[in-house]
Amino acid sequence: MQVEYLSAFNVVLGVLARFWPVWIAIILVMGASFVYKKKLALYGQLFDSGVGIVGVGICLFWLFTAIFASTISPFDPLAQVPLMKNALPGAMESQSGLVYLFGGDKLARDVFSRMVYGSQIVLVIAPAATGFALMVGITLGLPAGYYGGKIDTVLSFLANLVLAFPVILLFYLLVTPGIMDTPIPYGMAGLFFLFPIIFFSVLFWTRYKKRPDRLYILLGLTLIIGGWVYAGLVFDADPFKIIHIDPNQLNIFVAVVFASSPGVFRIVRGLTMDIKTRDYVAAAQTRGESPWYIMLWEILPNARGPLIVDACLRIGYTTILLGTLGYFGLGLAPESPDWGTAIKDASRLLRSFIHPALPPTIALMSFVLGLNLLADSLREQSMKD
Amino acid sequence: MLSFVLRRLGTMALTMLCLTMIVFFLINLEPNLKKLAISQTEMHTSAEQLEAWLVNHGYRQNFFVRYGQWLGLMPKQPVTDPATGKPTRRFSFCNDPVVPTFSGVLQGDFGCSTKFKTTVASKLFPALSATGILMLCVLAVMVPISLLIGILAGMREGTRTDRTLSVASIASTATPEYVSGVIFTVIFASWLGLLNGSAASASQGITFYNFTLPVMTLAIYGIGYIARMTRASMVEVMTQQYIRTARLKGLSFSSVVIKHALRNALIAPFTVIMLQFPWLLTGVVIVEVMFRYQGFGYTLVEAAGNNDIDLLLGCSLVSVFIVLITQLISDVGYAFLNPRIRVQ
Repeated sequence: MQVEYLSAFNVVLGVLARFWPVWIAIILVMGASFVYKKKLALYGQLFDSGVGIVGVGICLFWLFTAIFASTISPFDPLAQVPLMKNALPGAMESQSGLVYLFGGDKLARDVFSRMVYGSQIVLVIAPAATGFALMVGITLGLPAGYYGGKIDTVLSFLANLVLAFPVILLFYLLVTPGIMDTPIPYGMAGLFFLFPIIFFSVLFWTRYKKRPDRLYILLGLTLIIGGWVYAGLVFDADPFKIIHIDPNQLNIFVAVVFASSPGVFRIVRGLTMDIKTRDYVAAAQTRGESPWYIMLWEILPNARGPLIVDACLRIGYTTILLGTLGYFGLGLAPESPDWGTAIKDASRLLRSFIHPALPPTIALMSFVLGLNLLADSLREQSMKD
Repeated sequence: MLSFVLRRLGTMALTMLCLTMIVFFLINLEPNLKKLAISQTEMHTSAEQLEAWLVNHGYRQNFFVRYGQWLGLMPKQPVTDPATGKPTRRFSFCNDPVVPTFSGVLQGDFGCSTKFKTTVASKLFPALSATGILMLCVLAVMVPISLLIGILAGMREGTRTDRTLSVASIASTATPEYVSGVIFTVIFASWLGLLNGSAASASQGITFYNFTLPVMTLAIYGIGYIARMTRASMVEVMTQQYIRTARLKGLSFSSVVIKHALRNALIAPFTVIMLQFPWLLTGVVIVEVMFRYQGFGYTLVEAAGNNDIDLLLGCSLVSVFIVLITQLISDVGYAFLNPRIRVQ
């Protein structure tokens, strides 16, 4: 049976048409942002520079692609259509009449759909892992920088210990199928996922100590929601079966948080050491505020600029790490549509077919580029203030 | 200065001790030992035989005893041959002692590679020298290009050159090795056919044809980062009073840049370049696997994939040592280059 092909021009048109929900969403969000630019503080200022607009645009593109993945992709990312093995871009699948826009890979799956679904994995794990790393780094970095002394020495030594590991070695040791039989990933997850709960509890406690009406509501909410997520993620015991994470994904998640929290720790520690010499910190100390109040409500808000920039860069870096994991076949399932795994599969066959390799590489590169551009223009804008 | 270096060396030794112990612990987890036993024995071995193999090869001794043996603080015990009852070598392919001896890393014995059936030293050091060549080439390409980009961009802040070069360096930091490697291979090997997409033949002889792609791939990720640091440093120097003074006394722009600005602007990039080594290490692993170059990264992946305990420990030791020593050099070098910094 002969496979029919679309022309290159029609392939481009088809791809653009496939992304229609994304275009509409981007136009709506960007339009609204332009209109209310003045009221949106730092986010609004991003729209003053070309670099910022491009950065926001690329990030929104991938965000909406992940959200609308099931609408955009014409095929199931795991479905195999035997006839389409290594099909060239634009090959028409005869039964459904749909097109393999970017061709088929060596297992006859649609490269385009896999790229679209791959964004889901990256856009869930990378920001979430960065969020947890931020929590761990902030909760440990603030006291290390504020108190100094023994706490600082011990915590800095531990952070340097982790930073001295080449990332790849760390992953080869921490993300193996064998390690999931041991309690290590669950123990580490139990430790890391505790930090957000501690962070928010202390945050509300220090602020509303004298206002029990607010305090109990906020603390209660933190403990209930935190405990619920904690039970779901660490023990896989969510009573409502909503929050669930596969053991191998938990393993990756923990390894990525472990690898990137020392970096956050160092930055927070440095910023804290700098900010604690300011007058408003001295004023708070004279007022008799508790050390944790000063750390969380005086120092942390003033360190937010560099931290936001770092968070943006770090999401990009985490995306690269996830790609590395996929490229070495660590942790993620072999048929998983994430970009790193796709690059690994395609790069082995680069001599014969190049088309399965290009979409995931360009996707990964453009997403990280978008985040870096965003970070760069955020830095420029926050410097202007 | 000397006491600073000595104290840093002390911390370094302590860090290495802790790290090797963690690595040792993680490699010797029960599932990993099982995997090793399965790969080292015949197919379809029963659970008892696997256990017997582990006991017989000394893997069931106390954790700290084994760590001490690896380190060289405890004597390595020969195993008893179950058939004859005499002490024999642990692995026939290595020169393991037949009498209890202190033979660990401190004595220069890195142990035995179960995957390559040879001593770790005879596998690791050729691989390291191969990677050393690759690293030298990468640095020779990366450092001049990135410094040049950084200086050109930072020389006149805010101009079109600056913005173009800045975006280019941001783009290069957004391109990890496995992405740039694929893209370069597609362009230069598949389409243009100029270069070889595999560096496997580079072990016999390095040529422009087989070595350019790995070097390019490895350099591109670092270039952006160093260039951005150089640019930031250059921008800062160009706003200093002495630059304005030099301009006002009538020196030309180029001579101000070369004579007054460059020296001070290059201090920060020095530390950045030194701290790039740990990143290069990860890059080396990716590039060597991608282009099939038999170096350190390739060995590390093989060791990790086959749970080759001693070889992986050797690799970890080397990589941790490289990371720590470059940190030390960067700190000491920074103090030397910048007389305003005094180390205590």
